Amino acid sequence: MTDKKADNGVDVEFLLGAREMLTEAPEGAQFTWRAKCDWVNGTHSKTSIEGYFGLGDEQNHKTKHEFDADHPELFSSEDHGATPVEIVLVGLASCLTAGVAAVAQHREIQLNSVSATLEGGMDIQGILGIDSDVRNGFDGIKVTYNIDADASQEDIEALVAQSQKRSAVYDIITNPTNVTVEVS
Amino acid sequence: MPSGGPLKIDTVVIGAGHSGLAMSYCLGDRGVEHVVLERSDVANSWKTERWDSLRLLTPNWQSRLPGLTYEGDDPDGFMTVPDVINFVNHYADVISAPIQTGTSVTSVCCEGDRYQVDTDRGSWKCRTIVVASGSCNIASIPAIAASAPSSIAMITPLDYRNPDQLNKGGVLVVGASATGIQLADEIHRSGRPVTLSVGEHVRMPRVYRGRDIQWWMDAAGVLDERYDQVDDINRARNVPSPQLVGSPERSTLDLNALTGIGVKLIGRLAGIREGKAQFSGSLRNNCALADLKMNRLLNTIDEWASENDLDDQVPSPHRFLETTVEDSPPLGLDLTNGQIQTIVWATGFHPDYSWLDVPVLDRKGKIRHDGGVVDSPGMYLMGMTFLRRRKSSFIHGAGDDARDLSDHLMSYLNNAAAITG
Repeated sequence: MTDKKADNGVDVEFLLGAREMLTEAPEGAQFTWRAKCDWVNGTHSKTSIEGYFGLGDEQNHKTKHEFDADHPELFSSEDHGATPVEIVLVGLASCLTAGVAAVAQHREIQLNSVSATLEGGMDIQGILGIDSDVRNGFDGIKVTYNIDADASQEDIEALVAQSQKRSAVYDIITNPTNVTVEVS
Repeated sequence: MPSGGPLKIDTVVIGAGHSGLAMSYCLGDRGVEHVVLERSDVANSWKTERWDSLRLLTPNWQSRLPGLTYEGDDPDGFMTVPDVINFVNHYADVISAPIQTGTSVTSVCCEGDRYQVDTDRGSWKCRTIVVASGSCNIASIPAIAASAPSSIAMITPLDYRNPDQLNKGGVLVVGASATGIQLADEIHRSGRPVTLSVGEHVRMPRVYRGRDIQWWMDAAGVLDERYDQVDDINRARNVPSPQLVGSPERSTLDLNALTGIGVKLIGRLAGIREGKAQFSGSLRNNCALADLKMNRLLNTIDEWASENDLDDQVPSPHRFLETTVEDSPPLGLDLTNGQIQTIVWATGFHPDYSWLDVPVLDRKGKIRHDGGVVDSPGMYLMGMTFLRRRKSSFIHGAGDDARDLSDHLMSYLNNAAAITG
């Protein structure tokens, strides 16, 4: 490997350094991600992301990020934002794509373009309570990547496979998670 | 088929369990000529498809059918399976039901305004027909069962008799309704460590304020709630059976009792992948929901007790400890390391209508009916969960349903007679 000019804008040196540091001090690896959601009206809510905990301390995003969520007019809603399930697709797509970039950088593969299309199938008889045998959530998610990179098809496929292996959202969606909902 | 063609009769009742017999009594009372066809013996399912330790969930005093009340000396006890078999046989004798045993119905089809009932012992033609063939003929097993490793033994409650049938070693019981909790309890006590997979469930104490929970629900009218009074009858018909057991000690068998003897609770089984069972992270919420719903029932009971001036006669209201769930219940279970030897599928039952050639089944394979009046003139259904009332699936629920439906059936026969002259 002689050509080291691949630049996908990912600071791999930093990530490798962080891995080394957190191997030594694993307590710093304990992160808590937070979201704060306020109901606006109808099915419209606004969720903001600002602070989180990590590296042993409270941290902040550079600015507050806000996400409107709603339902389309088809459901007699006002469509102020994507539906919550679409936002789940956003999470999966962006997590896998960030992973593709990071892994490519680490493997010295120059990416020219990466796009993914996602489809989540859902039988809404579940959420409408029509048929208790139908689950509420997706019956499956299909992600299709279209990647232009200075690498063989095989290497590109390996990139995508590795990004799933290290993806937090992929894990969240494919494996169960204990969820506790309380009323204060 | 015997020579002379099908026998003609007003009504054929299929099934000589308590439902079919209660209907037979009511039909006899109204002078409707009928026959009760039974594939084997009276109370056959009780003889052949129940586990050894099972007792009714309802106390003896509640074992009442039209024309028969409980006459024994233990009104607060719970019938064993042999007791139930004797009770139903006794009822058949008392009401002199016209039963033809050992007669399996092979087909029911509709020809004009008549039904043709073919059996392995001849055919019948009738204007009206009552399907009382039971709601628990087949154990419902989720499709994911097919993904379980071949090293795992699997059994359903219809084949289960006692823990000695099972290999030594751990057992995963899937389903925490009446069946699941009872089997989890006795299997765990046999020295086979049980993990119980818990989805939506209905929690109930056996005894509340000194009286059986069934007494309260009976007295307060909860069990008489009609199918056309509830918000969503489909949901009500799919509510799992309550976590109850009938025992001489009248003990409560809820999830806390099970964790108290060492049973491990785990979420709803969501899938089996590469030898690993995956469980939903919703265990805490399902338990919280069941606690809330139980307390709602106890509130209803307390209000009724106050309104009916019972507060001086029974102990004061109280609430039960909330269901204890560990902080992070496991979400996966390795089915290949030998710790789990057996899976018990306590995931419900469904009826067998393979003989029914009248187009009355919905896309889920259930008979379309309005409170037991089937979507095919002259056909009636008995013995299903919340058929007409919350108590419909219990022995004592058969009486009111049979009275209502036999009235409807008789007026149908009379109208048909008036039209055809």
